[in-house]
Amino acid sequence: MVALAQAEPAVLPGMAVSIEHVDHSFDLDGQVLPVLSDVSLDIQPGEFVALLGPSGCGKSTLLRLVAGLDTPKSGSIEADGLPIAGPDPSRVVVFQDPTLYPWRTVHDNVALGLQAQGLLKSHRHRIGEAISLVGLDGFAKAFPQQLSGGMAQRAALARALVNDPRLLILDEPLGKLDSITRISMQSELVALWQRSNFTTLLVTHDIEEALFMATRLVVFSGRPARIKADIVIERPYPRHRSDPYLTGLRHKAMELLGLAETW
Amino acid sequence: MSMCWADPMETANTLVLRGGAKAAPHRTIPAVGTNYAPWYGGLLAGLAWLAAALVTGAWDDVNEWTYTAQLAAIEAAIGGVLLAVGLAGSLSGPVLARVKTSGAWLVALGLAATGWEAVTAKLMWLPPPFFVPPQGLLEAYLDDWPRLFECAYHSIALLGVGFAFGAATGFVVGVSIGWSRAAAYWGHPILRLIGPLPPVAWLPVAFFLFPSSWSASVFLIALATGIPVAILTWSGVSSVPSSYYDIARTLGGKERFLVLRVAIPAALPHVFVGLFMGLTSAFVVLVVAEMMGVKAGLGWYLQWAQGWAAYGNMYAALLVMAVVCSSLVTLLFKVRNHLLSWQKGLVRW
Repeated sequence: MVALAQAEPAVLPGMAVSIEHVDHSFDLDGQVLPVLSDVSLDIQPGEFVALLGPSGCGKSTLLRLVAGLDTPKSGSIEADGLPIAGPDPSRVVVFQDPTLYPWRTVHDNVALGLQAQGLLKSHRHRIGEAISLVGLDGFAKAFPQQLSGGMAQRAALARALVNDPRLLILDEPLGKLDSITRISMQSELVALWQRSNFTTLLVTHDIEEALFMATRLVVFSGRPARIKADIVIERPYPRHRSDPYLTGLRHKAMELLGLAETW
Repeated sequence: MSMCWADPMETANTLVLRGGAKAAPHRTIPAVGTNYAPWYGGLLAGLAWLAAALVTGAWDDVNEWTYTAQLAAIEAAIGGVLLAVGLAGSLSGPVLARVKTSGAWLVALGLAATGWEAVTAKLMWLPPPFFVPPQGLLEAYLDDWPRLFECAYHSIALLGVGFAFGAATGFVVGVSIGWSRAAAYWGHPILRLIGPLPPVAWLPVAFFLFPSSWSASVFLIALATGIPVAILTWSGVSSVPSSYYDIARTLGGKERFLVLRVAIPAALPHVFVGLFMGLTSAFVVLVVAEMMGVKAGLGWYLQWAQGWAAYGNMYAALLVMAVVCSSLVTLLFKVRNHLLSWQKGLVRW
C-alpha cells in the first residue's frame, strides 16, 4: 500500500495522473450508453485541475475511474506510471453528499480511513489535526445529524485529508451548499491545497468556482464526454472574482459550453 | 422517551426565574405554613385502598379463604402509606415523584381491588372455582412460591438459550444472505418457504426429532426468533446505500471491514426490529411448548394448575408470566437504546 510504504506525510509529492484514450459506457437494459469518448489527460504532480461540463456528461464517471471504483471499458489510467487497479487511500474522493456514517461521531467518521488501513493506533493524533484543519474544533463528539450541510462537508473533507492523500478527488463537493458557505469554502480548499502537495481533481459545473480555484480548466462536451478545451489559468493566489482575466476566461468557457448568447 | 437535548421545563423555569422579582423561588415547606397543600390524588388512593381493606376484612367470606385477614392487612398498609404521603403533600423526592405521576392508577387499582373482592369472595356473583378473589392469588404466592419461582426460572432459562441461539443464527444468516450472492441464491428460497410457517407448526416434528423435549423447545424458540431476525437483518444489509461502501473502499477498506464496520452497523436498526418480532414469537412458542411437552416452566404450571382446578395458582402464574415477558421486552428496549443512541434526533424515538 502506497500510504504505508511512505511513512512521512508532509514531504510526499502530489500524484501524477495519466489518462490515455479512455472510453467508457454503461449497459442499460441491454442498450449501450456511451459516457466517455477518447478522453486523454495528463496531470502533473501538484496541479489543481477543474473538470467542467454540462450536467450528466460523464465527468463524475471519469472521477470514479481515477478513484479506482470502476474500470474503464478501454484505454488506460495510470497513477505515477502504474495502472490503477482499484481504490487506494492515496487517492481519496470527497463526494457531493458528505456521506458520513450516522452511527459514528465526527471523530470516528474522520478516523475511518486510518481504521480501515489498520493505522489507528500509530496515527491517532492525525484525527484531531484533520478536524482542526477544516475548522471543526469542538465538534469531534457531535453526530452527523447535528451538523449543518457545510459542517458535514468539512467533516467529509477531514475524513479524506487524515489519510494524507496524494490525489484529492473532489466530485462537486460544494454543489449542495448555500452560496455563502460555498464561497468561503472555495478559499479554504485552495488554502488547504497550497499548504499540502497533493494533486487535486475537481468536478464542478460552476464556471466561476473552477476559475477561482484551479490552475487548469478542462472543458467537456455533452455525453459522451469529450475534451473540448484544456486551458491553463495563469493567475496567482489569492485570486479575485472581479479579475478581468478570469472574466475573459469565463466568457470563453461559456462559449465552449454553448452558452455564449447569455453573456 | 424524550428526544430533546434541553429539557423544555428546565428552560422555562430559568426563564421565569430570570424574569425578575415576581417569580418567588419554590421552596418545599412540609405540612405547616400557608403554602401547605395535601396531595389529593394520594388521599383518594389511600381511601380507595382502605375501602378495599374494609371490604376484605370486615365483611365475611361466603366460603372462607385462608388469607383473607392477611390480604386486608396488606391493603390497609398500602392505604395507610398512601394516605400519609397524601397528607404530607409537598414532600418530594425521586421515588415520590414516580408515585405521584401514577396517582390515578393507584386510585383505580384500589377501587378495582374493592370491586373484585366484593363480587368474588363476598357476594359470589362470579362463580367459583373459576373466579378467584385476590386472597386466592395471595395464597398461591405464599404457599406455592418455591414451585412458581422454579417454573419462572425454567421458562427464562429455556427462553434465554433458545433466543440467544436463534438471534445469533438469524443474524449470521441474514448478514450472509444480504452480503453474498451465493448465500442469497441458496438461502432466499428456503427463507421464502419456511419463513411464513408459524413456528408452532413444527412442534410435533421437533418433539420426535430431538432427543429431549427441552432440546426440541430450544430448537423451536430459536426458529421462532431466528426467522424474523434473519429476514430483517438481510433487508437491513441490502438497504445500505452503495455510497457508504464507495467511501470505505476509497479509504482502504477491504471486504471484512465493509461487512463489520459498514454493513452491520448500518443494518442494526433493522436487526432490532427483527429481535423484537422474534422475542414476541418466542413467547408464543415457549408457552405452547411448555404446555405440550416440557415438564417445567410457567406454561406447564398453567396447565398443571388448571388440571388440578387450582384457579388461584393459574391466575398467579399468568401474572408472573406477564411480568417476566414485559420485563424482557423492556430489557431489549434498554439494549437497543444503548446501542442505537445515535438515532436520537434522527428518528422518532
